[in-house]
Amino acid sequence: MTIDTAADPVAEPRRRFPGVRSEGTGSRGSRVLGLVTLAGMAALLLFGLVLSPQDPGPNEMGQTVRIMYMHVPVAIIAFLAFGVTAVGSIMYLWKRSEFWDLTAAASAEIGVFLTAATLATGMIWGKFAWGTWWVWDARLTTTALLLVLFLGYLAVRRLPGPPEQRSKRAAIAGLIAFVDVPIVHYSVDWWRSLHQPATVSRFDPQIDGLLLFSLMLGMVVFLLAYWWLMIHRFRVALMESRLEERGLDVALAARRAEAEATAPVAATPAGVRP
Amino acid sequence: MLHDALLVAGKDLRLEARSRVTTNLVAPFAVMVLLLFAFALDDADVLVSATPGLFWVTVLFAALLAIQRAFSVESADGTRDALRLSGLDPAGVFLGKAGAIVVQLLALELLLGCGVALLYGATLGGPVLLVATALVATVGVAAAGSLYGVLAAGLRIGATLLPLLLLPVVAPVLIAATQAFIAAAQGVPGEGWRWFGLLAVFALIYITFGIFAFESLLEES
Repeated sequence: MTIDTAADPVAEPRRRFPGVRSEGTGSRGSRVLGLVTLAGMAALLLFGLVLSPQDPGPNEMGQTVRIMYMHVPVAIIAFLAFGVTAVGSIMYLWKRSEFWDLTAAASAEIGVFLTAATLATGMIWGKFAWGTWWVWDARLTTTALLLVLFLGYLAVRRLPGPPEQRSKRAAIAGLIAFVDVPIVHYSVDWWRSLHQPATVSRFDPQIDGLLLFSLMLGMVVFLLAYWWLMIHRFRVALMESRLEERGLDVALAARRAEAEATAPVAATPAGVRP
Repeated sequence: MLHDALLVAGKDLRLEARSRVTTNLVAPFAVMVLLLFAFALDDADVLVSATPGLFWVTVLFAALLAIQRAFSVESADGTRDALRLSGLDPAGVFLGKAGAIVVQLLALELLLGCGVALLYGATLGGPVLLVATALVATVGVAAAGSLYGVLAAGLRIGATLLPLLLLPVVAPVLIAATQAFIAAAQGVPGEGWRWFGLLAVFALIYITFGIFAFESLLEES
């Protein structure tokens, strides 16, 4: 027996999920944004590594100052990403809309990645500036705790359960983690100030000219990169959620088709067959 | 709300008095951790200077067990549904659960306090600051722990998940309580009361959070 694919109940839901484009997560807008971001990255490399001078300031950071054009923007965007997660969590609890839930999820994932990048670049810089990979500096310690806090949030997101329950649980877990951030900050700050009179100023605040421009360019470029990642991560999350909704339907249809195919044989008692 | 809290706390403590899980399992575990620290550090002077930190790390480990226990008794036999159907105020349930954990942890801290005094030879000073710090720090840990406890309860990986969720959140409690104990031991209580303030803020924030958010967590998880 041949199966008519047009009427196949299994094949039908595969065709198109509402709200999700079958050709991928890209759209014209996101492609333009992606190209602009790439061009910005190229410009940042040019300004950061070639055009901007080495640090003339009293800190004698020399060439190592160049890592600042990545480190500082990435750190600030990471904090922004966690802020977006907190806003998304609050808005989800208020509006109960999938949009805010997925926004919070996508932003937290990107935030965790950016925080890890912040720590990595900070440690590389510290190795050259301070001669050690790690010091128990207030900002480093706070950032490390922030990373673990939001890794926990991502773990909560992956817990099993009905979608509504998972979203609510994640929103509350996100807020529990987020309200901890200022407490962590103050405790670590006070803790470190007990042992050393003042934290070493990471970067000379009186930077100007090409250095400042490169830093600002870095901010803009990494903001664009965050935005681009958000668009795609959000759309992937939306597709996953649609697929999951359809997943049960597909499985049911498959079982039903299976049952229909085997039913006449099973229903006929052996030996009575004509 | 307070009446419901007392009911739930009473129930949990009665359950504890009959099953004796804290006294028979958690307390020996905590003492064992004290011994492990002594083996690991292997130096009497280091042990004495590190006593406040080791004390609070041990309390946090024991708190993980106590919190897990407090919520695993609810996930068995569908008692969680019974709790929801009982008509008790969810905020009261939260306060009751956290309150019972506080009572158990305070008893444990008393035991551990004797333990570090006897085993490590630590001298404890500034009794008012010590007791006040222990009280607010324990309330903070129990409040944050109850929120994550109910969230992770009944899940197969709950036992693995709880430490990852709770320990980073209570890291400020470890720092602040340790510093307050050090300040008390060094006889500079002024410094210690600042840490006490931070602990109080932590406890207040998570109690408030729990009072408002516990209903959603209890309903859904």
